[in-house]
Amino acid sequence: MSSDARRFRARKFRENLFSLGLSGGVFVLLFATWEFVARAHLVDPMFSSSPSQVLLTGWELINNGTLLKHVLASGKVFLTGFGLAVILGIPIGVALGWFKWFNRAFSPLVSAFYTMPRIALMPLFIIWFGLGMGSKVALILLSAIFPLIVNMQVAMQNIDADYKRVGIAYGANQWQLFSTVALPSSIPFLLTGLRLAMGRGLLGVVAAEVFGGAEGLGYMIQYAGATFQIDVVFVGVVVIATIGVIMDRSLAYASRRVDSWKITET
Amino acid sequence: MNNGLALERPDPVWEADELAVHWPRAAGERRVDSAAETTPLTVLAAVPSAPLLEVRDLVITYENQNTGELTEAVSHVSLNIQAGEFVTIVGLSGCGKSSFLNAVAGLVKPASGTMKVAGKRIDGPGPDRSVVFQKATLLPWRTVMDNIIYGLELRGVPKPIARERAESCIDLVRLRGFEHFHPHALSGGMQQRVNLARALVTEPQLLLLDEPFAALDAITRETMQNELLSIWNVTRKTVLMVTHQIDEAVLLSDRVIVFSDRPARIGTEFKINLPRPRTQEARYSPAFDYLAKEVFGVIHSSASKREEPEYVI
Ligand SMILES: Nc1ncnc2c1ncn2[C@@H]1O[C@H](COP(=O)(O)OP(=O)(O)O)[C@@H](O)[C@H]1O
Ligand SMILES: [Mg+2]
Repeated sequence: MSSDARRFRARKFRENLFSLGLSGGVFVLLFATWEFVARAHLVDPMFSSSPSQVLLTGWELINNGTLLKHVLASGKVFLTGFGLAVILGIPIGVALGWFKWFNRAFSPLVSAFYTMPRIALMPLFIIWFGLGMGSKVALILLSAIFPLIVNMQVAMQNIDADYKRVGIAYGANQWQLFSTVALPSSIPFLLTGLRLAMGRGLLGVVAAEVFGGAEGLGYMIQYAGATFQIDVVFVGVVVIATIGVIMDRSLAYASRRVDSWKITET
Repeated sequence: MNNGLALERPDPVWEADELAVHWPRAAGERRVDSAAETTPLTVLAAVPSAPLLEVRDLVITYENQNTGELTEAVSHVSLNIQAGEFVTIVGLSGCGKSSFLNAVAGLVKPASGTMKVAGKRIDGPGPDRSVVFQKATLLPWRTVMDNIIYGLELRGVPKPIARERAESCIDLVRLRGFEHFHPHALSGGMQQRVNLARALVTEPQLLLLDEPFAALDAITRETMQNELLSIWNVTRKTVLMVTHQIDEAVLLSDRVIVFSDRPARIGTEFKINLPRPRTQEARYSPAFDYLAKEVFGVIHSSASKREEPEYVI
């Protein structure tokens, strides 16, 4: 490696370290202030809890298995609802974008559902599917499916006509056009759809569990709030936020990897 | 025997004989050409067979998407191309050249008229024809190699076999060493080589070129013209090209056909008798000058009928 490259790397490293320190500093400052106002009784710790208390409670919830139980319960509901959304949403979106008549027939219906606030349907779902898995999965499915449908539809409608023409010129049939042109060029849209769907799905899980049921992170937060266990509420919030960030980052990473065909690959 | 053809047609600049060794023999093409291997310079005259491309009375109309009004883009064009011939259509931009070529490619449905390749009616795209578009339009998620074999893949040739068949083409268009690159990493000229290789590897009977070098800078364009000359020398493909560059048409072709302004009709036809094999050197001969001026004159007279003649040589 040349000395120029080494110096460049060193500079980049220092810059990254600095921005990491900067954002970390903001967090530390925030938590320190929180801790201070709680300990100095500037606010009532009963209502505010404190970072140290949240940590302690978190540790306890991990050790006695409560947290794991709720995470698993939420995870099961989320994965079922999100999985169904993926399985159903992608083909529906593809069909809407690929077949003109399908689009004309069903687009207005999709738009109508898309703009409706999903949580408003929760009472209905509870009546139809009960307080258990069913109603929650239904809400998550309905929350997560539309970003997937819409993104796949847009992906199909935005296929470069020149690519299609090349395929047709070389004798591609409909299926080959779909698999060699439409599908690969829709992957960036798919990943965007998955990211949005995931965010919506997480909201759906919490909302559904807050609404009813007896387990899951949403239930834990809801119950803790009702019984003034502010520290437990914060533990739940932190866990949900962490899971969300991890999933979002990994999908963002996947997006960048897929986009790598736009960057030199040797 | 294999490189006999090339030896009889030595190409001083591009070492055609070296390339010929790698070039797979296209079945249909060679049969017509067999006489050529003994008497190469009289091949065109010596083959009395039916034309490879036969276009009769072709009419192409477009429907205005808003009003439904029909406008004629190509009007009663008839054209024959013999096997092994390099024919170029020139004309003002917008006169209907691409429409004609796309109809031959099977991408545009004509309003009336008949088109036949080797006696077979054209009814959509087919393995007997391959198109090189002006825009390279390589699939960005595929490597150079996988772009080249795209046509073969669509025809159900298994990938390993397709890759093997592409090897000779990669040498022919000088892409050796770039097989694993993605298109975005290539220059415009390189992308156009891939575009050309993608068409050649399918071993079409008729190669269709729609302004293949129009988007390239002048130097790259000359290089690509050289390459095309040497490739044609080796393969003796039947080529129908469309361009608005008169010098390019004269340099590459056996025959130059001038289309009238929209709707396109056959205007004047020029036989280009410059000796083959040709190189860029051909440009400096008086015959080249004379032909280019003649073609220019014909096009210019159709341009002067336009409100805003946009033709530049
Ligand atoms: N798909 C299309 N729909 C409507 N009009 C078209 C279409 N393609 C070409 N045209 C029209 O037909 C005429 C000839 O176009 P084209 O064949 O592309 O000309 P050239 O290739 O000689 O520049 C132009 O006036 C153009 O606007
Ligand atoms: Mg054109």
